[in-house]
Amino acid sequence: MEMVATRDAYGKALVKLGAMDPRIVVLDADLSKSTKTADFMKRYPDRFFNVGIAEQNMMGIAAGLAAAGKIPFASTFAVFAAGRAFEQVRNSIAYTCLNVKIAATHAGLTVGEDGASHQAIADLAAMRALPNMTVIVPADGVETEQAVFAAAGSEGPCYIRLGRPALPVLFDSGYRFRVGRAAVMRPGYDATVIACGIMVAEALRAAGELEAEGLSVRVINMSTIKPLDREAVVAAARETGAVVTAEEHTIIGGLGSAVAETLVETVPVPMERVGIKDVFGESGQPSELLEKYGLTANNIKEAVRRAINRKTERDGRALAGI
Amino acid sequence: MDQVTEEKLKGTARQIRRDIITMIAAAGSGHPGGSLSAVEIVTALYFKEMRVDPANPAWPERDRFVLSKGHAAPLLFSALAEKGYFPREELLTFRRINSRLQGHPDMKKAPGVEMSTGSLGQGVSTAVGMALAGKIDRKDYRVFVLLGDGEIEEGQVWEAAMAAAHYKLDNLTAFLDYNGLQIDGPIAEVMSPEPVDKKFAAFGWHVLEIDGHSFPEICAAVAEARRIKGRPTMIIARTVKGKGVSFMENQVGWHGKAPDREQAEQALSELS
Repeated sequence: MEMVATRDAYGKALVKLGAMDPRIVVLDADLSKSTKTADFMKRYPDRFFNVGIAEQNMMGIAAGLAAAGKIPFASTFAVFAAGRAFEQVRNSIAYTCLNVKIAATHAGLTVGEDGASHQAIADLAAMRALPNMTVIVPADGVETEQAVFAAAGSEGPCYIRLGRPALPVLFDSGYRFRVGRAAVMRPGYDATVIACGIMVAEALRAAGELEAEGLSVRVINMSTIKPLDREAVVAAARETGAVVTAEEHTIIGGLGSAVAETLVETVPVPMERVGIKDVFGESGQPSELLEKYGLTANNIKEAVRRAINRKTERDGRALAGI
Repeated sequence: MDQVTEEKLKGTARQIRRDIITMIAAAGSGHPGGSLSAVEIVTALYFKEMRVDPANPAWPERDRFVLSKGHAAPLLFSALAEKGYFPREELLTFRRINSRLQGHPDMKKAPGVEMSTGSLGQGVSTAVGMALAGKIDRKDYRVFVLLGDGEIEEGQVWEAAMAAAHYKLDNLTAFLDYNGLQIDGPIAEVMSPEPVDKKFAAFGWHVLEIDGHSFPEICAAVAEARRIKGRPTMIIARTVKGKGVSFMENQVGWHGKAPDREQAEQALSELS
């Protein structure tokens, strides 16, 4: 299986964008080799600005560039983009609704050995809570390129969450990402797994294995966390009656919360959340961390079984008139 | 500076001071002290130095002014109204529900506001971005930014200062409204930023020190900043907080308090 890190796809997409639109400028905070903006720097040095280790200033400069008509992409690790510079993003970018694209890499536990200080686990919660902000989590390299192009082509602030490790390529080159539109990756009628980022591949593996047990599980790639594709969530609840979310993020405030908010307001069905259980991570290999913190295909399978059991119990009670 | 020009600027400054008092009194809240201290600086910029067109606020070639000390919104709004960006009567809606004139400037609402500010330290970074865009596009517009003296206690100011010098932004001119007072007291006691001149010089800026209430000195400093190549200029403007209203001058208590009707009337009579 072909493997591509979303940050690598981001670096290549930026170079293509640079050729297409002279308004594109790129900023980094001394992590250009890791975030892969160095690809753009080599090609377009006059439109690349390494602001040094100063993420707050980077967000402000990006806002000023956007106010003067540029389309800035600002990159650093997600923990700094959404954490350290949060208030700059809030007041200088989101409140002003300026056309700044924040492409944050090394999100989640899969940063690995650097440990909890560098593992962004609450960035989706923080960014999703900001008015005007679009939040995207691509699931593979193909979708990353599409998301970068879509962000550049639409006006307003956008947070794109990218990762460090190589991921399986899920989409073929004909795939077209649209902001706010979920993709059904696999049909099913017993339950639905709604996943984002690295957890989409895990969800597909889980669904494949559950099929062998006789369970038909729909898998949705919810790559836009905000605005959420509520129609896809409602349809999943109506048609499958049980929902599981899966994200490389704390279960508080991210994809699971967004889906839960939609379900309680529309079609409340049994729901389970796979994610980090309100704890910080630690150093370790990405695969070890995903195992220890419950972010694997097995965890998804267990959650699907729990959700289906709850649905069956509920249906049974309803039939018995209890 | 000829006497006619200076007298005209003084007249404009007096009107702006009156509007500041009137709008804060009408709103019942706001920041008079730090608005009054920078009146001459903002007046000189909008009525003498800057290339702007109130009929076309989005003109790409315009000079930009960023009020990094966003709490001086009454000053900015009064100057913009005086310049013709919106009717002066609108100043009476300041801080009220549905107004374009927010407690701190909102670029999406008020015409002529270049950047939404209010969280200290952030405006100066955005001004660096605007100046950088001018360099990329080889445009000759200039960017002016006004900082408070207490504001430079924010670390982000120094990140921005470092970047402005690194990118050789000679199209960026900063004013420091050095009135010596912040909310909790004299800045020398709360958290001294001294030596301010040496600090900005060490960060690579051309540094000037002037009387911030003297139009000839302000305009001479801007002229010098226009001549300096290869680095940004910091104009440290010595000012008096609450300038022009006897009972507000150098009083820390008037940082963020509105005058009552009687106080407003006294202030306006002093400014007539």
